[in-house]
Amino acid sequence: MSRIEIQKTYKIYIGGQFPRTESGRYYPLKNKKGNVIANICLCSRKDFRNAEVAARGAQSGWGSKAAFNRAQILYRIAEMLEGRKEQFISELVLQGSTLAAAKQEVEVSIDRMVYYSGWCDKFQAIYSSVNPVASSHFNFSVPEPTGVVALIADENTSLLGLVTAIAPVIAGGNACVVLASESKPLCAVTFAEVLNSSDLPGGVVNILTGTSAELHEHFSNHMDVNAVIYYRNNKAEIKTIKENASLNVKRVFVYNKINIMSEKAESPYFIFDTQEIKTTWHPIENIGTSKAGY
Amino acid sequence: MSTKTTIPDFRVTPSIDQVGIEERVARFTTRSIKKESKMQGMKMVLSMIDLTTLEGKDTEGKVQQMCYKAAHLHDVIPGLPTVAAVCVYPSMVKTAKEALKGTGVKVASVSTAFPSGQSTHEIKIADTKFAVDNGADEIDMVISRGEFLKGNYNFVFDEIASIKEACGKARLKVIFETGELSTLDNIRKVSDIAMYAGADFIKTSTGKISPAATMPVTLVMLEAIRDYYYATGRMVGMKPAGGISTSKLALQYLIMVNETLGADWLSNEWFRFGASSLANDVLMQIAKQNTGVYQSSDYFSKD
Repeated sequence: MSRIEIQKTYKIYIGGQFPRTESGRYYPLKNKKGNVIANICLCSRKDFRNAEVAARGAQSGWGSKAAFNRAQILYRIAEMLEGRKEQFISELVLQGSTLAAAKQEVEVSIDRMVYYSGWCDKFQAIYSSVNPVASSHFNFSVPEPTGVVALIADENTSLLGLVTAIAPVIAGGNACVVLASESKPLCAVTFAEVLNSSDLPGGVVNILTGTSAELHEHFSNHMDVNAVIYYRNNKAEIKTIKENASLNVKRVFVYNKINIMSEKAESPYFIFDTQEIKTTWHPIENIGTSKAGY
Repeated sequence: MSTKTTIPDFRVTPSIDQVGIEERVARFTTRSIKKESKMQGMKMVLSMIDLTTLEGKDTEGKVQQMCYKAAHLHDVIPGLPTVAAVCVYPSMVKTAKEALKGTGVKVASVSTAFPSGQSTHEIKIADTKFAVDNGADEIDMVISRGEFLKGNYNFVFDEIASIKEACGKARLKVIFETGELSTLDNIRKVSDIAMYAGADFIKTSTGKISPAATMPVTLVMLEAIRDYYYATGRMVGMKPAGGISTSKLALQYLIMVNETLGADWLSNEWFRFGASSLANDVLMQIAKQNTGVYQSSDYFSKD
């Protein structure tokens, strides 16, 4: 007897749950031959709002976890990616990659996750300083997560673009809402399943699918978002994002010229983008004639 | 209360169909209120809030700050109402009264050994008189839940009646702490007792235990108010308190009031929200309607 294959339902990822878009809209994803492979959620302003609320709720808990613990969780994500390697490769092939290119994209993604896992408890040492001051204070500066980051991921890769955008942001203790590639969204949902089974608290990463044309406006004008990072090439969208960001002085970063497959797309400076530097003046007792050490 | 009112036998108050209540409540949450009507609704919600601080750590400074917030919710947006009242402990009534002079915002004081109500009759009366003498416009008393659950309805009735007497001109809100009464039948019964004993308002909860106000509980109390109104012609107010922290939920409560009691109850004379975080959520929604941009709590004062 012939068997009808069960099609996977591609949903979105908000607050550790897999809802459909509240708008009820979807768009058909077609392969090269023009056949529909899947129906993808066409997310709305309200989905972004819900995701932002989930991210805000999760951020303080995630940001206050021990850096070492965050490293363990990112490493766990990499382990889970490795375990699902075949699935990601077949999804990439389904979306038009060659087998070799698909394999390479998945492997680079896993390695990049491990790379940022390693940085979780090390970047602080690089960006911190003890500052010389002319009074009896111990003065030091340390990086702290900025809060909620809105990400519009690379359009041309399905998995690697997501990992490249998400990993440095969460390594630094932030929570994020990320818009997956519109033309290659399949890996986004599978990646959400990986996150969901890897000890990452719900809400730290929220993944939406849909169009940047519709959503970039809302990603950039929400007053409760602290930074926007944009990995695409649309000049008009970049302009709008920068203008909207001025509403509450969000940090804006546009990475449309980096080669996402290369090592240039991974660096602790990507972590630094979403950190705020906090400086503390700690009074030190001036005993007798002794002077401040710094 | 006129002397002609006959006090019913509280052992035979109507029993409540829980499934029916829940289904009715589910339907209130499906109304769609948008744009101008949503804006009106949200301003109405603001005007019905009893801004509340009932902490052991309350200080005069904290109360003064909250009173300022009560009268100046968010001055960036013109045309906002003040809240209806602030709700504080008796020891803070004097401070609140002075801070609110000339604003039209009322001062409500909890009383009768709030929140447990476990004290003697004399202390409860003294507690109430102290608050009234300090200028409280409204008294939020708690009932003796233990006596009620024992079936000692006369005790509960007499206690409410004697506190009502001690209130003088102040309006009396009676808190049931519905989270401790376990069944909707009990809530209906205690609503009837409180209203016949002279309550001006009936109120769900102290906010100290969970669950606090829920929509089914509020609906049962609203229906009790309706039946009491038909029987006696006297209007009684309703105040759900605790757990109502979003404007969406608050609007659903207003819908429920409108569809159960009618528009006569849609003013802060007859309906209140006991809440502390609701005001900011409503303000953020109003700012969102005005600017088109989702707001952040970073830009709103935390009373």
